[in-house]
Amino acid sequence: MNETEQPVEVNTVIPFGPQHPVLPEPIQLRFTIHQDKVVGVVPNIGYIHRGIEKACELNDYKKNVSLCERVCGICNFMHAMAYCEAVEELTDTEVPDRAKYLRVVWSELSRLQSHLLWLGLFADSIGFESLFMHIWRDREIVLSLNEKTSGHRIHLSTCAIGGVNKDMDKGLISEYKSGMELLERRIRELAPVFYKDRSVKDRTVGKGVLPKKRAMLLGAVGPTARGSGIPQDMRRLGYEAYSNLDFEPVVHDEGDVHARLLVRLEEVFQSIRLIKECLEKMPEGPVMNKNRRFPNGATVVRIEQPRGELFYNVMGNGTKRLRRCRIRTPTLANIPALVDILVGYDVSDIAPIVMSVDPCISCTER
Amino acid sequence: MRLVTRARLKSPWILHFDCGSCNGCDIEILAALTPKFDAERLGVVNIGDPKQADVIVVTGPANPRSARALRSLYEQTPDPKVVVAVGACAATGGVFRNCENVFGGVDKVIPVDVYVPGCAARPEQIIDGLLLALRKLKEKDGG
Repeated sequence: MNETEQPVEVNTVIPFGPQHPVLPEPIQLRFTIHQDKVVGVVPNIGYIHRGIEKACELNDYKKNVSLCERVCGICNFMHAMAYCEAVEELTDTEVPDRAKYLRVVWSELSRLQSHLLWLGLFADSIGFESLFMHIWRDREIVLSLNEKTSGHRIHLSTCAIGGVNKDMDKGLISEYKSGMELLERRIRELAPVFYKDRSVKDRTVGKGVLPKKRAMLLGAVGPTARGSGIPQDMRRLGYEAYSNLDFEPVVHDEGDVHARLLVRLEEVFQSIRLIKECLEKMPEGPVMNKNRRFPNGATVVRIEQPRGELFYNVMGNGTKRLRRCRIRTPTLANIPALVDILVGYDVSDIAPIVMSVDPCISCTER
Repeated sequence: MRLVTRARLKSPWILHFDCGSCNGCDIEILAALTPKFDAERLGVVNIGDPKQADVIVVTGPANPRSARALRSLYEQTPDPKVVVAVGACAATGGVFRNCENVFGGVDKVIPVDVYVPGCAARPEQIIDGLLLALRKLKEKDGG
């Protein structure tokens, strides 16, 4: 038989990462490609594993706040807050009302920072360099507010067991308000690009589709789930001051990259609104309630991170060291969905689809 | 000064690799390249290809797995090259020094020329570190 008559099934394997310009962090995805279409994906993680969970058992439980904060630099305040909430429950510490509102303000500020960072990186991944630069210019407004609060741009370090260790005076509150006004105006100017611009829509609409049922089956969380029409938002559990605030989760039904993009964009406006509402409603009073007891027992805390549900399971044994601190982060929950949505799309769509679940590898591996 | 050396110092191309940091320094490196701090006006370009890079910017305390990738990137980068370790954990391990799976510093894996302190390092410090790295690059290039 002539060799040319037999069509040969040749698959190419392309390693994506660990070092790749689109991702600031190392993860390796091995793509099996057939005729420019992705047919298989194998994720390969472990480049950032440090062993934070084990280190949490070795340290004094109070020192763990700054260690948990460094599980992830982008949503650092939320990690510290989740850990503090868990320890407060184990030591029966009551958090003052003003501290609850301040925690919401700073965690929404983290979410703003994270979503703006993602919108910029996403624009970069579709080759829209000028949009990337514009978004990152506006993100500096949030970072300068961080700096005015605690003297640091990234790690706020304001969360402590029993409350917060920084208070806001009237001057800072008015600076927050004017900063939010400015940010809202700037992002409103840029928002039509994400809704209408043809070059954005061409790269996102109908790409990486995750239907609602599939998203439920794969256990997607956060904006990935909300982009597929699942109204899942841990903030509705009403932790901290969220029970006194008025909001609805942002949901889009299409399930493609564009839907996830719009969910994050609209959550930016939602966060700005929540921060303003908090600053209006914030009561006067102390911000810290100290308690010298050691944590005893076990508890579970679930909060909403920019990427989805963050889960802390903290077990204490009545001494200054914890028995166990288990952390489950949203990106780990989203990896099955990520592997699923990549299959069947072109090689050129890999970068926007990978970016669309907002992988945070530093959280995933701890 | 040779023409090639002059061109290299005028526009250093950086390769960024994260080997275990919390992301704080990584986003600050990107912030250093974007409008507010704008290291790109000094000719700094972030490039994904080690074969075209002059400066390797590394963050994180390094673990056995990322050390393999880091060593390979270091070997692929052509001479002369300088390595900038950004952040406290890249220098000594920082808050992660008690963790089980870290080496505690990038210099345990590859030779480092410049250490940038801070957790996370500020963009001004990173730009300052890059300029210091360029001075070292000039020495290494025989200029």
